[in-house]
Amino acid sequence: MQNMLTLISNVFRLGNASKNVGTRMVVSARSFADFTPQASFPIKKCDLHRLEEGPSDEALLTREQGLQYYRTMQTVRRMELKADQLYKQKIIRGFCHLYDGQEACAMGIEAGINPTDHLITAYRAHGYTFTRGVAVREILAELTGRRGGVAKGKGGSMHMYAKNFYGGNGIVGAQVPLGAGVALACQYQGNNQVCVTLYGDGAANQGQIFESFNMAALWKLPCIFICENNKFGMGTSVERSSASTDYYKRGDYIPGLKVDGMDVLCVREAIRFAADYCRAGKGPIVMELETYRYHGHSMSDPGVSYRTREEIQEVRTKNDPISMLKERMLSNNMSSVEELKEIDLEIRKVIEDAAQYAISDPEPSLDELCNHIYARDPPMEVRGTNPWVKLKSVS
Amino acid sequence: ECRLGGSAKRSYSITSCASVFQVNVRDALNQAMDEELERDERVFLLGEEVAQYDGAYKVSRGLWKKYGDKRIIDTPITEMGFAGIAVGAAFAGLRPICEFMTWNFSMQAIDQVINSAAKTYYMSAGFQTVPIVFRGPNGSSAGVAAQHSQCFAAWYGHCPGLKVVSPWNSEDARGLLKAAIRDDNPVVFLENEMMYGVPFELSEEMMHKDFVIPIGKAKVERQGTHITLVSHSRCVGFCLDAAAVLAKEGVECEVVNLRTIRPLDVDTIEASVMKTGNLVTVEGGWPQYGVGAEICARIMEGPAFNYLDAPAVRVTGVDIPMPYAKILEDHSVPQIKDIIFSVKKVLNM
Repeated sequence: MQNMLTLISNVFRLGNASKNVGTRMVVSARSFADFTPQASFPIKKCDLHRLEEGPSDEALLTREQGLQYYRTMQTVRRMELKADQLYKQKIIRGFCHLYDGQEACAMGIEAGINPTDHLITAYRAHGYTFTRGVAVREILAELTGRRGGVAKGKGGSMHMYAKNFYGGNGIVGAQVPLGAGVALACQYQGNNQVCVTLYGDGAANQGQIFESFNMAALWKLPCIFICENNKFGMGTSVERSSASTDYYKRGDYIPGLKVDGMDVLCVREAIRFAADYCRAGKGPIVMELETYRYHGHSMSDPGVSYRTREEIQEVRTKNDPISMLKERMLSNNMSSVEELKEIDLEIRKVIEDAAQYAISDPEPSLDELCNHIYARDPPMEVRGTNPWVKLKSVS
Repeated sequence: ECRLGGSAKRSYSITSCASVFQVNVRDALNQAMDEELERDERVFLLGEEVAQYDGAYKVSRGLWKKYGDKRIIDTPITEMGFAGIAVGAAFAGLRPICEFMTWNFSMQAIDQVINSAAKTYYMSAGFQTVPIVFRGPNGSSAGVAAQHSQCFAAWYGHCPGLKVVSPWNSEDARGLLKAAIRDDNPVVFLENEMMYGVPFELSEEMMHKDFVIPIGKAKVERQGTHITLVSHSRCVGFCLDAAAVLAKEGVECEVVNLRTIRPLDVDTIEASVMKTGNLVTVEGGWPQYGVGAEICARIMEGPAFNYLDAPAVRVTGVDIPMPYAKILEDHSVPQIKDIIFSVKKVLNM
């Protein structure tokens, strides 16, 4: 093993060796044969509310899964950082709420549910838009307001949709009853699907969330309510906004779990547990994911007036979700530094291409202005800014 | 073919059909919902007291007994929550009818109606449809005072992405509710509690299970030559009563029943005004920024202005919160004499 590693590093250090196809292929073939196919990791036990048992305290990770999770989380990370860059260049405008730091939540959830399950979240939605299947270029082009954006440039950062993904919602808390409604549809249609309904610590005090808890519990809706607790609702810390910060207990009569949201495996095991619970017809369940955002609330918030740079740095060094996964994989020989670097380079290219697309794609045509008012209706006239401007609207 | 397409352009005659049914507005709504529930299993009704109580105003009487808990759902008193749930269900493929016990309570949920329902098809660039009907009694009732008497036609009529419908009689109630339920867009359906018990004659054609009235088309209820009265909901009846009185004095009023607040059928109004040369709008709601205000603005901006012999005026509810005492309440809403008075003023009689 040690000899092989020396061999590999020698190969790379010899500069143009990477252009020697033969050598490279030999290296790759040896790498795959030597990697550990899967390993079991102990994960933090979840705090439980009204539950006798919780998710497993051990998670099995295969090499394929590990690489997939790494790739996905790193893509989200890089995509968000690119959005930051484009925003500072004033190519993205308006609201832009970035998700970097919270990647394990989106990835862990997607890993634990099926593509046929449903998901809805609030405005910090770019990560979920990606994990739910929208390409990076369509996300960035939506942020830059171009016709190639997933909502043709008409929605923007907070209003991106995909199959079984209901956005992207701008009004704090409004997505929670919507998610419970999606769950009602699942139950009504008897399709054994669940709806993951996300909200933040800031939204957690909204009355409509408690209204949703009540109806979901009464009617046993297959709804997984998830509070992504990143410690701050905009500039207000949880201690200053909430009389009770035990968000996983706020469902009261609804069982709850508190989950380490920085550990993708923890999140995955928890969501699997929750989805099983719902699919068994037991009703809704509440999850709190303890997580952290590196950026401020939005691009107009530097994020350091209500927390210290030291705190942010500490999370980056000690608790970063991508680093955590990387260390696990490397220390168990499930991948190599080189392989992960290779993935990083591929991701960088994807992001660069997507950014190029997002910058160069044209803005929507003015003909689009009044379209999509009504669905499946004949074309109609829409008044413009003055009575002589009559615009056309098609479905 | 049972559609009454083009009915706006001809006056409807009862004698053309063989059998005639006496149906009050409540029963027309009830039958419409019953038929649509039967026709499409994705349709369901939710709201306060809609199931086991048979409906606060008995509009959903018998439906729970027939369709059960799955399709007729009693909700707790949590409008914001259940309106949002209804919209979410519409996102995911169902066709909910969400009842507000009165439209006054919709203010608790107005964010879900506007931001979650009305705007979503546009924001998603045509990806996400929201086939939902919000319905319930709107406007003034009798003796229920200020917080229970507001008309929301102007508020909801203001918003692109919504269809807003305001039926007057049983034909309207039946045809428009069926159309609303079959429509793939969010529809605000404004009923009127005082009309629920009023019977009207429905033809066999109208009783057909596929009878729908197109949303967005007004109907000329009475032909006239001297002045156009445009109204919606209960006030249409007052206009017809005023027209009957005025006819005795030789004034022939054309009465236009809007049926739909949004999209507004400006063409029918314009055609009528271009014929009569005079316009009075009549509504129960407050004057400022109201339905009548919009109609007058549209007439000003369009070809009909040149045909006006006098300025168009509005008859509206008085610009105050609704009082309780009967004498005060009676003087807070347009009465037939107010319409007659306004017509005569406009015609300089």
